[in-house]
Amino acid sequence: MKLKEIAHSRTGDKGDISNISLIPYKKEDYEMLKEKVTPEVVKAYFGEICKGEVVRYDIDSLCAMNFVLDKTLGGGVTRSLAIDKHGKALGMALMEMEI
Amino acid sequence: MKKIRIGSGAGYAGDRIEPAVELMEKGNLDYIIFECLAERTIAIGQQDKMKDPTKGYNQLLEARMRKILKLAKDNHIKVITNMGAANPVAAAEKTAEIAKELGVSGLKIAYVTGDDITPQIEKYYDNDVLELDCKLGDIKESILSTNVYLGAEGIIEALENGADIVITGRVSDPALSIGPLVHEFGWNIKDDADKMGQATLVGHLLECAGQVTGGYYADPGYKDVPDLDRLGFPLIEIDETGKFVVTKVEGSGGLVCEDTCKEQMIYEIHNPEKYLTPDTVADFSHVTFTQVGKDRVEAAHATSHGKPETLKVSVGYKDCFIGEGEISYGGMNCMNRAKLAADIVEKRLKLVGVEMEEFRIDYIGYNSLYKSEISDQYAPDVFPEIRLRVSGRTKDKANATLIANEVEALYTNGPAGGAGATKKVSEIVSICSIFVPRDIIKIEVGYKEV
Repeated sequence: MKLKEIAHSRTGDKGDISNISLIPYKKEDYEMLKEKVTPEVVKAYFGEICKGEVVRYDIDSLCAMNFVLDKTLGGGVTRSLAIDKHGKALGMALMEMEI
Repeated sequence: MKKIRIGSGAGYAGDRIEPAVELMEKGNLDYIIFECLAERTIAIGQQDKMKDPTKGYNQLLEARMRKILKLAKDNHIKVITNMGAANPVAAAEKTAEIAKELGVSGLKIAYVTGDDITPQIEKYYDNDVLELDCKLGDIKESILSTNVYLGAEGIIEALENGADIVITGRVSDPALSIGPLVHEFGWNIKDDADKMGQATLVGHLLECAGQVTGGYYADPGYKDVPDLDRLGFPLIEIDETGKFVVTKVEGSGGLVCEDTCKEQMIYEIHNPEKYLTPDTVADFSHVTFTQVGKDRVEAAHATSHGKPETLKVSVGYKDCFIGEGEISYGGMNCMNRAKLAADIVEKRLKLVGVEMEEFRIDYIGYNSLYKSEISDQYAPDVFPEIRLRVSGRTKDKANATLIANEVEALYTNGPAGGAGATKKVSEIVSICSIFVPRDIIKIEVGYKEV
């Protein structure tokens, strides 16, 4: 199953850091996602793009999590050579992850 | 119980104007905020101001003020905006001029300054730059602007003095909302930790305007949003307990639901327990969103833990040049022709001796967003078309131009069927940050009355 079938996401940027939310449509899926979508899994998935550490923050009151990916935006939005300088499309790639 | 309604009229510098007008006409607002100042915008504003001392503010300020000043006056809505960018004084003067032209009188227009610390920046040359492995002094020749992220103090002072329109330069985005809330309810960071947390949450949810009312959310079949062409911008209703409801004007497009609020709350924050703003160390880790009606979501349980000792300074500097070019290949074997084209450009750049610090090749339609590892999972056997993009970072314009030209030259010198070439050379102004003690800042508020 792809994450997209059970969750949604939005991606933000600050400097060279990308943050990707992971929000299950149903609260019942939250614990399972916490178990399966670890920072290590996300770091490996974005291996070619994320050159730094991945930290996950859990917001239990919302049943949502926030992945913070360091050194991911080609030096930051103001100087990146990429088309997607903000990395805004990264969340949609996470949604394609098989769990 | 006293209730205040704050609307959000813009989420970025170039945002649509008519949703703001709709909010001011039908939203029964007390305040409207316009967040129009991205990180780099102020450095570019500073350059504009150097060329012409009457410029340096948001380019849409004039168009916006023409649409909203009469509404602000007639409907008693106070306007708070960072459209002053690098020149809040000139922005206030221009606003006064427009008010006179429109025949709107009895408005007190305030401008907040003190964010620009250029005159004393030398004192901080030994400070470490957050994003770069150097001291600020190492890039002193390239610095264009140095602006502290101010909190709500100047906005509060302006409102206490009866301002109807408050125009700032660099302030934190949430400060635009924290200002009116502190003014109305008298909250302070020592005694009202929960309420100041809620005030910061208000600011954070409003600062991107349509992004909390269904903008940047729709995904057909997964998350459907009605009438995005008429997307309504958000407003919040808040009372003295700090609890608030996010909603929008009835009849406008979009939607407000728990999920739009969740996506926007997590947008551009890192640690939810420590969201740093000049006014608060906000804690969103226990926030709850509850749907209490159609397009009405109640937000509760934000708090805060004091305010930071230091303030962030956004430093704009001349960084580099980027030369780039694109060309499309279509039909059978297009990917191989695009790859051949990329190979030709790479070899040519070596041959003519172009000096580059970084180089990147993208195949748009295949790997420009996710590079190859992720993209290969979905790549088809045959692409109907591929757009090659070549980009390189250089120290000077001449080398950047050579990169762009080599892509264009693929028309007559490259593989068969190259189409729609474009090229661009840009001087790059980047942003980095240092931190300075809070007490070096001197905020000043000036007024123009019409």
